Amino acid sequence: MPDPATPPEAGKPRRNPLPALAAIAAIVAAMALAFAWVGGWLTPAKLTPARFVDVIEKANGEVSAGYRRAHAKGLCVAGSFESNGAGVALSKARVFAAGKLPVLGRMSIGGGSPHAADSGGRVRSLSLQLIADDGQEWRTAMNSFPVFMVATAQGFYDLNVASTADPATGKPDPAKMAAFGQAHPEAASFFEWAKTAPWSTSLASTTYNGVNAFRFVDAAGGHRYVRWSMRPQTPFEAMDAEQLKAADPNFLSADLATRLAEGPLRWDLVVTVAGADDPVADPTKAWPEDRQQIVVGTLVVDRTEPQINGACRDINFDPLVLPAGIEASDDPILAARSAIYSVSFNRREHEIGTGKAPDATGQAGNSTGGKP
Amino acid sequence: MSTSKHFNLPARLLHWLMSAMILTMLFVGVGMVASITQRPWLVDLHRPVGIAILLLVIVRLINRLLSPPPPLPADLPTLQSIAAKLSHLLLYALMFAMPLVGWSMLSAGGYPIPMFGSVHLPAIVPHDPALYAVLRCAHTWLAFLLFATVLLHLAAALFHAWVRRDGVFQSMAGGD
Repeated sequence: MPDPATPPEAGKPRRNPLPALAAIAAIVAAMALAFAWVGGWLTPAKLTPARFVDVIEKANGEVSAGYRRAHAKGLCVAGSFESNGAGVALSKARVFAAGKLPVLGRMSIGGGSPHAADSGGRVRSLSLQLIADDGQEWRTAMNSFPVFMVATAQGFYDLNVASTADPATGKPDPAKMAAFGQAHPEAASFFEWAKTAPWSTSLASTTYNGVNAFRFVDAAGGHRYVRWSMRPQTPFEAMDAEQLKAADPNFLSADLATRLAEGPLRWDLVVTVAGADDPVADPTKAWPEDRQQIVVGTLVVDRTEPQINGACRDINFDPLVLPAGIEASDDPILAARSAIYSVSFNRREHEIGTGKAPDATGQAGNSTGGKP
Repeated sequence: MSTSKHFNLPARLLHWLMSAMILTMLFVGVGMVASITQRPWLVDLHRPVGIAILLLVIVRLINRLLSPPPPLPADLPTLQSIAAKLSHLLLYALMFAMPLVGWSMLSAGGYPIPMFGSVHLPAIVPHDPALYAVLRCAHTWLAFLLFATVLLHLAAALFHAWVRRDGVFQSMAGGD
């Protein structure tokens, strides 16, 4: 900057640089502020994925370094997907072309503790990664509940806040849960399922539902909304409260090992096509029973691995990793899950990558590695 | 032509196109990780635009080497001249680094890298949590550094335009 005290060169009028400097400072400051606002730093009350995961961690009561923040207890599974070709009419995704492709996945129970007892896992889950012969990838994270608890990310957040254990009792505050139920009547179907649905004795005989709707696009450009489920070929056996109470804390993985020793386990992938007026952006609403259902293939699980060093550990089963031919619906829960899973993945990979997760990576003595 | 008072037409077109793309990418990037509702479409936009920036910066660097920019004014104080040269070096380094770190980061995280339709890119580094952790943090911090450098660059450009009035701003804004 030239010193304003020096005489101006011939032909150049002397100007006061201050207005120009002030304008430059204002422009730069406005851009920096806009950036900070978009990044959520100026709005501490705004629900961001990071703040959401903070609340999950708080609800868990502790951070189990290197583990998933939700559904922390699980094991890796592997096998194949045998497509029967029936899905080709619904979606152009190569995964539906008749044939067989390798599958990697994870089975887990709901909850934030990698060492919880299996009898506490009301919700069971199955996540899969399918890579078709054209390199297109499909990831899905399915659950044993038929409908989701809430229809919005805010509702999801409220549920986590309400279900956080009261330090005095170690249990969620019934008054807070009641208030949540009043504020979110859409959660009634989920709670009804949680209260009344029979518990299966095995992960193998459990049905896993995609729950959220997706849009299938076929080769001709036609599209339809669908939901999908993995329907077990293993016969269902219920267990009552007494059996649950008496069960070994890790009965699910023990059962799976016993069954796999006898042969592979199978589930049919059932695609349900939405009717014209079925809700496609609200995962709390079931579709009528009479909707068209098409079995598009069979999942074959033939082996498991502990998650502490298994191939599923460092995979984010983001439900929005989709091949061409499968698209997300406008369901806000899908967008929220994708955002939240990403934060959970970043945190645990950082813990693993920087050596802060001995238990989750099998480096600690007597680690059970969160095996159900 | 280094004797010209102006950057050549490809340089000017690339500069203004990329300035819009880079600012968009910075805001999309910081917004998508802070949004619980808008992430899917933002991240779908972020990946191909990032790769487009990588391709454009290659073209731009070749053009710059073939057709050097006009010299800085002779009366520019030494410190400002050094700052100008260093900040441009940093801008170019970051324009290459950001997309490459992003691409590597997705590779190390075991993510697929879809561009559009069924077009997707291969992994360029192994699937590895330690590498992912470093690259994921680097992508964030380099983004902050890039945004700060862009703001400094903008402030300097306006300083040349409004205070010094020395033709430097015009060399990128005007035509021959």
